[in-house]
Amino acid sequence: MMDILLDIISWIFLVSGSFFCLTGAVGLLRFPEFFSRIHAASLTDTLGASLILIGLMFQAGWQLALPKLILILIFSLLAGTTASHAMGKAALQSGLRPLDQDKDGKEPDEEEELTWKP
Amino acid sequence: MFALAALTLLVVMGLALIRAFLGPTLYDRILAVNIFGTKTVLLIAVMDFLAGRPDFLDIAIVYALINFISIIGVLRFFEYAEKKTAEHGE
Amino acid sequence: METLIDFVLLSFLVFTALAVAKMHDLFAVVMLSGIYSLLSASLFFDLDAVDVAFTEASVGAGISTLLMLASLKLVGRYERRTRYRPMLALGVVLATGTLLIYGTLDMPHFGSAEAPVHQHVAPRYLHDSMDEVGVPNVVTSVLASYRGYDTLGETLVIFTAGIGVISLLRVSRRTKKEEKKRVPADMQQQIILRVVVKWLLPLILIFALYVQFHGDYGPGGGFQAGVIFAAGIILYTMLFGLSNASRAYKPELLELLSAFGVLLYAGVGLVCMVLGGNFLDYNVLRHDPVHGQHLGILLVELGVGITVASVMITIFFKFTWRTVKHKYIKSR
Repeated sequence: MMDILLDIISWIFLVSGSFFCLTGAVGLLRFPEFFSRIHAASLTDTLGASLILIGLMFQAGWQLALPKLILILIFSLLAGTTASHAMGKAALQSGLRPLDQDKDGKEPDEEEELTWKP
Repeated sequence: MFALAALTLLVVMGLALIRAFLGPTLYDRILAVNIFGTKTVLLIAVMDFLAGRPDFLDIAIVYALINFISIIGVLRFFEYAEKKTAEHGE
Repeated sequence: METLIDFVLLSFLVFTALAVAKMHDLFAVVMLSGIYSLLSASLFFDLDAVDVAFTEASVGAGISTLLMLASLKLVGRYERRTRYRPMLALGVVLATGTLLIYGTLDMPHFGSAEAPVHQHVAPRYLHDSMDEVGVPNVVTSVLASYRGYDTLGETLVIFTAGIGVISLLRVSRRTKKEEKKRVPADMQQQIILRVVVKWLLPLILIFALYVQFHGDYGPGGGFQAGVIFAAGIILYTMLFGLSNASRAYKPELLELLSAFGVLLYAGVGLVCMVLGGNFLDYNVLRHDPVHGQHLGILLVELGVGITVASVMITIFFKFTWRTVKHKYIKSR
């Protein structure tokens, strides 16, 4: 009984984690420019990874694998988020700008309509 | 269950690879490689459980570490790459 | 299921290799080679060769990528376009490749149990490793005990590579003084990154020690531990600058340590000879042969780890010195 319950919980976590990872990858391909892609990919990456790792934790039971999975989870949360911050900051410092800002970083006026510039 | 997760992760890795080939700017490629590395970590963890041997998780920790260090290395060596190519031209 | 994963990973490998050949932006090529190493490591992992996957990931995707990026910074980012079409070379490569593939048709099937390599040596190691050496990880027992002489050669190769880099990228006496100057790091603006890495660095180094000493029971060992240790120090160097890292890990000490590791390894072998056994015959190190094997493997792996870590750090310091030299030395 306990086994079936654990299996169902792992299923839920693994499937939702895979779903989020998949949507993140689709966003990586479809979004128009770098800053929106980093938003899609990194957020869903962290969430999907956390869900998959928690799902694996339920399968591991009280073995040595459990603290190792917790370690991977903590490291993934720390390092993944810091890496995406570093990437965004480096891109900004190099002169890359989001779509709706021009070269000096000024936002368009509120009356002006946002048009998609390639 | 693990097979489904492994298949989805392989698909995600493929999509990230496409972005790494395409990505017009440098930073798109760096982002794609970062995502690829994180997914490899997850794939190793899932394959561990798929093969029934959960004592290989050390490798997943090492991959996560190496992925992080490579991304930081890339940023350190090419932090101002876009400006430089704009100055020199191609 | 495993076959499907193998097939998908191999096709990724082919695509990545084709992309590496076609691209002219060398920076993208370096990143794609990092992906290539990660893919090969996953393939090794799928073939149950866990220690090899470990080493391939840490060396191929980690250290090689960083060193190639450092050299790209010195050399230039774009490949010079060739003005001729190397048709003759392509013909030679295709002919040789076809002959080689035709030659492999004679070999036994992949992983077949009747292959000659699985008849004599491998079963003997697998059966007798636990009794003779007493270490659960057979890879470590083969690497450090049964084939310890070969591993000594590998460590010497790494040491020689370090000597080669030191002699080629030598820092002359004049510049040594300027090396002591404090110069702000390249990544000084990345404050969040620096704080996070300050937390992470002790954990990375402790993990390297864990991999070193846990190599008897799980995947790991001297090579992997040395590379992880070096990767941690390289991370520190990249974020906090070469001058800070040189003050913490003095280059003279590192050169000494890289020689010390090899000395430890060969020294263990000589001590075995002095105590009456053959070179690198660990049975004589203690009263009980199995304990002798454990002690011998421990010391030998420690020597390997020390040499690998110090050589990797030294090579990275020398490469990085070239890229930041202009900040220390005023050009005449």
